[in-house]
Amino acid sequence: MQLPDAETLCRQLAAQMRPHVTPDTVLVGIHTGGVWLAERLQQELGLSHPPGAIDVSFYRDDYGARGLHPQPQRTEIPFAVEGAPVIIVDDVLYTGRTTRAALNELFDFGRPARVELAVLVDRGDRELPIAARYCALTLPEPLPASQNLQLEREEDGTLTLRLIDA
Amino acid sequence: MRNPQLNKHGELQHLLTLDGLPRDVITAILDTAAPFTEVAEREVKKLPLLRGKSIFNLFFENSTRTRTTFEIAAKRLSADVVNLNVSTSSTAKGESLLDTVDNLCAMQADMFVVRHAASGAPVLIAQHLQATARDHIHVVNAGDGRHAHPTQGLLDMYTIRHYKRDFSNLVVAIVGDVLHSRVARSQIAALTTLGVPEVRVIGPRTLLPTEVEKLGVRVFHDMSEGLRDVDVVMMLRLQNERMNGALLPTPQEYYKIWGLTQEKLALARPDAIVMHPGPMNRGVEIDSAVADGAQAVILPQVTFGIAVRMAVMSMLAGQ
Repeated sequence: MQLPDAETLCRQLAAQMRPHVTPDTVLVGIHTGGVWLAERLQQELGLSHPPGAIDVSFYRDDYGARGLHPQPQRTEIPFAVEGAPVIIVDDVLYTGRTTRAALNELFDFGRPARVELAVLVDRGDRELPIAARYCALTLPEPLPASQNLQLEREEDGTLTLRLIDA
Repeated sequence: MRNPQLNKHGELQHLLTLDGLPRDVITAILDTAAPFTEVAEREVKKLPLLRGKSIFNLFFENSTRTRTTFEIAAKRLSADVVNLNVSTSSTAKGESLLDTVDNLCAMQADMFVVRHAASGAPVLIAQHLQATARDHIHVVNAGDGRHAHPTQGLLDMYTIRHYKRDFSNLVVAIVGDVLHSRVARSQIAALTTLGVPEVRVIGPRTLLPTEVEKLGVRVFHDMSEGLRDVDVVMMLRLQNERMNGALLPTPQEYYKIWGLTQEKLALARPDAIVMHPGPMNRGVEIDSAVADGAQAVILPQVTFGIAVRMAVMSMLAGQ
């Protein structure tokens, strides 16, 4: 499969979001790809708050079956969530379970005014009633479960998409 | 023989001692603890990881701080915590340790946090669970006799890493009653496993175990020699209740020779940190000016202890 250019998708995603954000909109990226994407979007959209970062390891619904995810990262929300318009940012939307975990974690910081979801790629095969308001690319056919689509960042900051056989 | 703390995949099954625990497991616990420190700053100080799990705090010996921080850690992970007040429990009526454990297993226990005056009690429970094929139940040693206090050792390592970043260039001194101290044994095991090049123990001959140098430490019987140029001073509590009177003269005399004062601390490196596992005997092993001074990290140790215990419990319960 020919993978689309992540940089182009990133600009398209920012263009979709631009008419709907205000300077006090806050972004929360999901580790790790979503955090890179949120940093980029914050600059492109000229938002005043630096983005937050969520690692959903402590909120995953497969902890009972698979145990604690190794090397969890720090969740950092450097702004008040209470009453804020929040956009959760992730690189790839798949089953929706990560988004569910991120929503639960976000609400432990306060009650946001509203929460929207922005993703670079929707790869299909949802297992929960979750949809992205902003999405740069929806794949015409869902990817096989054996494949992992993820965002990577080069040393110079360039974002690329990679497909990995799990 | 397999390390009884690890399952067949090399993952942590019980936490009984730091002696023989592989370096990558210790590092993984410290790495996992780091994101848990942030939970205390949230509106809702709770994570859903251990929802529906029952944790029994089995304290056969008095403890306030350790029991409380284990309780807070378990509650922040959403577990149900039951504290067994052993002085009023069936043990006082003659029930054996393993019968107590079996009864609590029949109440669907998922984890035991055990403090016992007898060295080896947590190991005995872990072996009993393994022999009866109850691998889904986990044991955390919260201090047994003179043997080990692994979560204290881990939180001490977390504290050192927090302030000093790296273990590979440090000189660390453990000061005081090493003989009776399970804390010291866990600290020595962790420091040597993590590659600290020089671990010193400082204390009177009567309060150091014979052949303590075989644990890989340098022995000093003089504070001003032992503290010279150290990066970390780890004070131990003088275990008054364990003394039989013959080992040292009086607390006042002990303080004069072995108590950590500003003058003695000045011999260490200027950026040295001072640690103490608590509870402190002010004016016995440590002077108030040091305990409350800028170099003391004694209260951060307590806070880090919660995150470290959260990490241990969530790593165990997920196996």
